[in-house]
Amino acid sequence: MTITEIQDEIVDEFSMFDDWMQRYEYMIELGKSLPLIEEQYKTDDNIIKGCQSKVWVHAELDEDKLVFTADSDAIITKGIIAILIRAFSNQKPQDIIDANTEFIDEIGLKEHLSPTRANGLVSMVKQIKLYAVAYQTQLN
Amino acid sequence: MIQTKLDIQKIRKDFPILSREVNGRPLVYLDNAATSQTPQQVIDSIVSYYHGYNANIHRGVHTLSQEATDAYEIAREKIQKHFNIAKSHEVIFTSGTTHSINLVANGFTSLLKEGDEILVSAMEHHSNIVPWQMLCERTGAVLKVIPMDHKGELEMDAFRALLSEQTRMVFCNHVSNALGTINPIEEIISAAHAVGAAVLIDGAQAAPHMKADLQELDVDFYTVSAHKMCGPTGVGILYGKEEWLTKLPPYQGGGEMIAEVTFEKTTYADLPHKFEAGTPNICGGIAFGTALDYLNEIGMEAIANYEDNLISYATEQLLAIEGLKIYGTADNKTSVISFNIEGIHPYDIGTILDKLGIAVRTGHHCAQPIMDFYKIPGTVRASFSFYNTEEEIDVLVEGVKKAKQMLA
Repeated sequence: MTITEIQDEIVDEFSMFDDWMQRYEYMIELGKSLPLIEEQYKTDDNIIKGCQSKVWVHAELDEDKLVFTADSDAIITKGIIAILIRAFSNQKPQDIIDANTEFIDEIGLKEHLSPTRANGLVSMVKQIKLYAVAYQTQLN
Repeated sequence: MIQTKLDIQKIRKDFPILSREVNGRPLVYLDNAATSQTPQQVIDSIVSYYHGYNANIHRGVHTLSQEATDAYEIAREKIQKHFNIAKSHEVIFTSGTTHSINLVANGFTSLLKEGDEILVSAMEHHSNIVPWQMLCERTGAVLKVIPMDHKGELEMDAFRALLSEQTRMVFCNHVSNALGTINPIEEIISAAHAVGAAVLIDGAQAAPHMKADLQELDVDFYTVSAHKMCGPTGVGILYGKEEWLTKLPPYQGGGEMIAEVTFEKTTYADLPHKFEAGTPNICGGIAFGTALDYLNEIGMEAIANYEDNLISYATEQLLAIEGLKIYGTADNKTSVISFNIEGIHPYDIGTILDKLGIAVRTGHHCAQPIMDFYKIPGTVRASFSFYNTEEEIDVLVEGVKKAKQMLA
């Protein structure tokens, strides 16, 4: 599936919920299914700055596709990063670079998009895109 | 039931923000240690300044300037009276506690030499650690830490053992912003003075909850931020004993702080103007005075009694939640409850509480050394004011239970 198709799928899933509580409960569930980063990559270098909770993200190239793993010590943050990774993992670096993140707004998590928000969703997106740029350069 | 002489419903009506909704629910504001809310009386004072007599102070011959100057100086006298300060020129207007502390730390650069020692308590806000570290880098002085125990109380024996002839200054907060501990500052001040050290007490968290008598305390420096005591942001004071303020060099150069300027030499103005370079936060200073009037009308003692009952109730109710642990259990504490629930990150709890309209702080509260001490990433901090109610605490407790159920 393309990034846009996955994002649409996520938006569909979230549209079933009536209130924030159900959305958050689902996000917490998604957090539990996050492809976990291997302990050896849980280094200070892989910590995303700007988050109140700790978030580690690691990327590896599998042929021409980028595979992300991550973890966080906070469960809601874990849910957010799980949603991002579901959308961006196993995709070509150039597609990740070109992708937008409007779906976050559509699933009712707009408040997390503010750059001043302490959870660092913006920093997570930036870090994912930076990995994509770095690996794209390598592929070229 | 909380026994109180305060008419809480009447008081709450003074604060327009308390009737708003957040995320579709009535706001429960429990982040008072970060900033307090503003009563209509203070808002009116700000509006009337800009409506009626906005002008630069201390130098105009015209009427507006005179009116603004008078109002600003009356505010200084209100502050002097509130804290029982001997002389009004011992009240220096600053932008707040951080500015006040930096002013002193900067001034001590010329008074310290290599090998001198500075003591800071283990429960300081970053703003009370970093300026001294910078001072030590500039002067070769050594920073030593007064340890605390697991209850969040300073180890006074260790403190006394750290004091020596090398000790030049001791810095400590009156009340810890992260734990709520009321520190034994009387003891700290007299012990420090016995070895000839100066003492700066950061009163930012204490001033909203208790009235400090600065002459009786015999403290050398005391700092306060207006925005934590119903005043506006961007204004506060540094209190300094005249003898100390005379010794310290000016912090910033500019207008207002000079007596005479030639290209060869500038002589500085007398206190307090020596430390008040440039156009100050005039409106803020005046509104700070109004905030003190407001608090004094209710009565600081009545506020303290009411808040003591509130925090006892909140402590009892929160501790009834299984797995909840309170950090900072000092015998003498005020208005702050820092807590975690076993196995749940404080950020997660704060996020759910926000969705329920409850404003708390999460994180390290600018006091990372305390979090390292307890080996935790942070806490959820609920901090109370005299306009909070028992019913709001019930909402908090239900919110924490809901968060626990969702997150566990």
